[in-house]
Amino acid sequence: MAPYESDDMTTAREADEPRARRRRAARYVVPVTVMGVAAATIGLVPAIADSGDPDLPEITAAQLIEKIAKSDVERLSGTVKITTDLGLPDLGGLENSLASGAMGQGEDGGSSADPSAKLTELASGTHTLRVAADGPDRQKVSLLENAAEYSLIHNGKDVWGYDSGSNEVYHGTVDASGEDREQQPPATPKDFAEEALKSVDDTTSVTVDGTAQVAGRDAYKLVVKPRQSGSTVGAISIAVDHKTGMPLKFTLTPSSGGAAVVDVGFTKVSFDRPAASTFDFTPPKGAEVTEDGELDHGREHSGKPENAPKSEEDLAKGLDGLKMLGEGWNTVATFDTGTEGGLPTDLPTGGAGGDLDGFLGSLGDQVEGEFGTGTVFSTRLVNALITEDGKVYVGTVTKDALVKAADAGK
Amino acid sequence: MSQAEAVRRVNPLWTLGLFRSELLTTFRRWRTLALLGVLAAVPVLVGIAVRIETGNGSSAGGGGGGGGPAFISQITNNGLFLVFTALAATLPFFLPMAIGVVAGDAVAGEANAGTLRYLLVAPAGRSRLLLTKYATVMTFCLVATLVVAVSALVTGALLFPLGDLTTISGTRISFSEGLARALLIALVVAVSLIGVAALGLFVSTLTNSGIAAMATTVGLLITVQIVDQIPQLHALHPYLFSHYWLSFADLMREPVYWDDLTKNLGLQALYAAVFGSAAWARFTAKDITA
Repeated sequence: MAPYESDDMTTAREADEPRARRRRAARYVVPVTVMGVAAATIGLVPAIADSGDPDLPEITAAQLIEKIAKSDVERLSGTVKITTDLGLPDLGGLENSLASGAMGQGEDGGSSADPSAKLTELASGTHTLRVAADGPDRQKVSLLENAAEYSLIHNGKDVWGYDSGSNEVYHGTVDASGEDREQQPPATPKDFAEEALKSVDDTTSVTVDGTAQVAGRDAYKLVVKPRQSGSTVGAISIAVDHKTGMPLKFTLTPSSGGAAVVDVGFTKVSFDRPAASTFDFTPPKGAEVTEDGELDHGREHSGKPENAPKSEEDLAKGLDGLKMLGEGWNTVATFDTGTEGGLPTDLPTGGAGGDLDGFLGSLGDQVEGEFGTGTVFSTRLVNALITEDGKVYVGTVTKDALVKAADAGK
Repeated sequence: MSQAEAVRRVNPLWTLGLFRSELLTTFRRWRTLALLGVLAAVPVLVGIAVRIETGNGSSAGGGGGGGGPAFISQITNNGLFLVFTALAATLPFFLPMAIGVVAGDAVAGEANAGTLRYLLVAPAGRSRLLLTKYATVMTFCLVATLVVAVSALVTGALLFPLGDLTTISGTRISFSEGLARALLIALVVAVSLIGVAALGLFVSTLTNSGIAAMATTVGLLITVQIVDQIPQLHALHPYLFSHYWLSFADLMREPVYWDDLTKNLGLQALYAAVFGSAAWARFTAKDITA
């Protein structure tokens, strides 16, 4: 009997154990469910939030451009996310000079709390900015960093730059009667949009491409495209707030496809008057204050290449002989550096041109044409050709178009 | 079963009693007191170092601005900033390590010492015991953070001037508002540690060795911090419990930038839910042999 008994026992246990194990396993359903629900929420919520473009009355491209031009938003505060991908390795100075030269973001160079040192950082990567404005006299732009912030505050006559990371302050004054519009650094979608719409002529197609939701507001989408081939600019899409006519998002996609080269958009925006204390600034105790009297006239001509940083004076000299070739989107800027024999050592690399010389040569491609031989430096947006006899051709055009322009310019 | 339920209904305050005795046991341990002592020493060290360095009038961490923990350059102007610097300095490692030690020890330590089955003899139920353990660990999170904050505040007040402070956005706030923000920051830091606490508790239910549980938790903490530094793995970063830890600094912006703060709180809640329930699943189904 004993064997039978033990047999019964084992079968009973065998029957019992899987059940117990199943019951134990069933408990793990709880954490797995929690994880599943979380994953589903993360996946679905943005999809639901994004669904459905707003219904807005039809509008023509011309009306929309007029709306942007008429837009007179003086008070706003918001958060701007800016992503730039020029397709360059992080080269600091070189990228900055290319970007400032190409986009007309000329800034002046200087100390750590200096506006230019910080705002040119925007030329690569993703950054979050906070902007606030109350009339033409009071604006503030803050660049959010890890546990620190760089703020540029314009309040009446004063322009303050405050770098909380190093506790340094930069102070300049502006002529109160001056054109204050210029004071706002090119950080908001509006600045980019205005720059883009300046170039609208018969070489450009402008269409309204539906609607979109940007920063919780209904907006029209304006698409600007070059008609000619040969430009590296694929399309520029501008989301325009349907009420205020204020551009909320600016996206520049290259003709080569891929991610946007420049993507600037509000993630939050409010058209209420920001608190007055936002624009008040007194340098904190112990902060190092750098006074700069040159800021005002540097600012007045903001955007013109003559105001290139001091370290780039050589470039500025070169730019005096600036000529434009071609028309519309395929315009190529050319100037003579006066340096024979290939790469000039005073290339706009923030002063370190000599050291970077060989390095730069390895970055470019050798090209030949009727103009002779030269080196082409490519980014996803701007291409530059430096010829053997020291001529430089720069434009938002493809390599072939650049060579063609150089041939024609010969 | 019915008997146990009856007992539970009769003694609703039992959990509180259990919680109180757990708290006492935890905070009476020499190891806990030593951890808190180390945490209290960090702000004192930072304060003295900054004081000595700036004794000749130069500002700390100035110039490059990249070196040292956040806010360090502002300490000399306002002692309150020592609170933020101390929290920024301890949050990446000291604080979570202390939590890892306490959380890892919570269940595995009892099992190791052979006291776990005696705890379970009491009619509290395993779920309730686990909840009590978790509540104790979370209390330790709060106490540890407050120890750092208070020690930093006292050191800051003794070594540096206090007064109105400049937020990192450049606006001014009064000292009392600064204090309120410091308290809020301490709370946010404490909440930031909930994820590690839940993870440590789960690991603690997996093994009967207290040392193994502590080592695993601290090891995981270091691994996660390293992974968070590798740019190629950026797709994973938003899901690492330590990724948004330093977002507490956003409370010093004016207006406060909530995006990363809410992400941090949500992430900690998610970790607490996932690893808390996993710990429950493991602990309630586990054979207690020690």
